Amino acid sequence: MKARAFAYARPSSLAEAHAAFDGADGDASYISGGQSLVPALAMRLQAPQVLIDLSAIPEMRGIQLEGESLRIGGLTRHAETLTEPLIRAHAPLLAAAAPFVAHPAIRNRGTVGGSVALADPASEFPAMMLAMGAEMEISGASGLRRVPADDYFQDLYQTAMVPGEILVALHVPAAGPRHVWAFDEMARRRGDYAMVGGGVLAERDGAVIANPRIALFSVGPTPVRARNAEAEIAGKALDADAIAAAQRALDADIDPLDDAEIPAAMRRHLARVLLGRLLRKLETC
Amino acid sequence: MAGAVPLTLTVNGVETARMVAPRTTLADFLRTDLELTATHVGCEMGACGACLVLLDGVPVHSCLVFAVQAQGQRVETVEGLVASGALAPLQQAFHERNALQCGFCTPGMLVNAHALITKGTVPDREEIRDAISGNYCRCTGYEAIVDAIEAAARKLNGEGAE
Ligand SMILES: Cc1cc2nc3c(=O)[nH]c(=O)nc-3n(C[C@H](O)[C@H](O)[C@H](O)COP(=O)(O)OP(=O)(O)OC[C@H]3O[C@@H](n4cnc5c(N)ncnc54)[C@H](O)[C@@H]3O)c2cc1C
Ligand code: FES
Ligand code: FES
Repeated sequence: MKARAFAYARPSSLAEAHAAFDGADGDASYISGGQSLVPALAMRLQAPQVLIDLSAIPEMRGIQLEGESLRIGGLTRHAETLTEPLIRAHAPLLAAAAPFVAHPAIRNRGTVGGSVALADPASEFPAMMLAMGAEMEISGASGLRRVPADDYFQDLYQTAMVPGEILVALHVPAAGPRHVWAFDEMARRRGDYAMVGGGVLAERDGAVIANPRIALFSVGPTPVRARNAEAEIAGKALDADAIAAAQRALDADIDPLDDAEIPAAMRRHLARVLLGRLLRKLETC
Repeated sequence: MAGAVPLTLTVNGVETARMVAPRTTLADFLRTDLELTATHVGCEMGACGACLVLLDGVPVHSCLVFAVQAQGQRVETVEGLVASGALAPLQQAFHERNALQCGFCTPGMLVNAHALITKGTVPDREEIRDAISGNYCRCTGYEAIVDAIEAAARKLNGEGAE
């Protein structure tokens, strides 16, 4: 299985990247880490005329604290999210999710921007963008715009980006000492895509939970905010009753489909079990 | 070669310049253009781990990198790591523990194990299993491979072989 022949460009600015895309009349693919795209090219699920390598665009690199938010360049590798002190301190959910993303060698190459641009509903990082309330910095025809995670994930592999747009960076509200978080997933084997997974970020004042954000993945065509479950724990202490109520409410939040390997009812059950684990972890944070 | 572009990179310490078609993966470039066939190709989709090389010092799947993306970078293959003696403790441990049978998976295992045991600490068996979780072996059942990596790590980091 080999990719069809293509021309290759490595632009050194966003403007040049957009020009390369337009120059190919849109018959082009961007490549970041290539860990999802190269297999797709090899299997000829995609066969663009031009491959546009984003790796030399300076705005897509680096991690900085900008006031109350952490700017994570799209080219940040999965492996860096495990070790970068700024990410561990201010986007701890990303660091907690990273060991579950694929295998170490894939994490050395895959990028956060590539994962969130692809928006695979079984992927860890897109869902964590929802849980963290991140904003996507997107470059397009009319310059830069920002889209909140809640509006970004639209359908299966479908985001607020239109063809030719580039995900430049992710802006994550910086977590501080009042925040608690938990991540977990259930997979058949280490490194496999999860059957069900999720993350929770919340503030805590004494025993009381405030502003919880719960996001699940592998439960439908997009990552999902569990708003009904959130409402059951907001402003309450995380006792057994509150956790059980959140687990009951979760049924209305998700709409998993039946597939060949996992029936919808099983995913619903696993999601309930997972939410219980996440909330009990949160309680002991 | 239609549409070939110039490529310069360092392979096993040697500056190398070639014309290459952009669709050529780094794995195919190493095996076909440079005749470095220790890097194996199994699945060509990131699943089996036979094709691991070091790119700027870290293990990556050479089937998931186009050669043109490695412009100006440093590639080390099993040939280079063997020649420099970097793999000697692992080679010996794999030999002693019978950690290979057909040997198809071995280059990828060695590259991953090398990166793991040169971090300066002795990994526990769970860490070893995690590090090689993306490497398929259809022969050994993994147990001997984990043993060999553990033994080499102990030796390298000065805790004695057993
Ligand atoms: C064996 C294997 C197991 C894996 N397991 C997991 C797993 O458990 N969980 C998981 O989340 N992922 C997994 N992955 C996928 C991996 O995490 C990818 O790295 C990630 O999905 C995509 O990131 P990338 O940088 O490699 O993107 P690429 O492969 O370069 O690109 C992915 C897609 O996004 C587009 N794109 C890339 N960057 C941008 C951008 N900045 N702006 C606009 N469009 C862009 C590309 O055109 C392409 O369509 C696995 C991959 C493999 C091979
Ligand atoms: S050939 Fe690269 S992972 Fe299988
Ligand atoms: S020794 Fe045969 S695949 Fe591992």
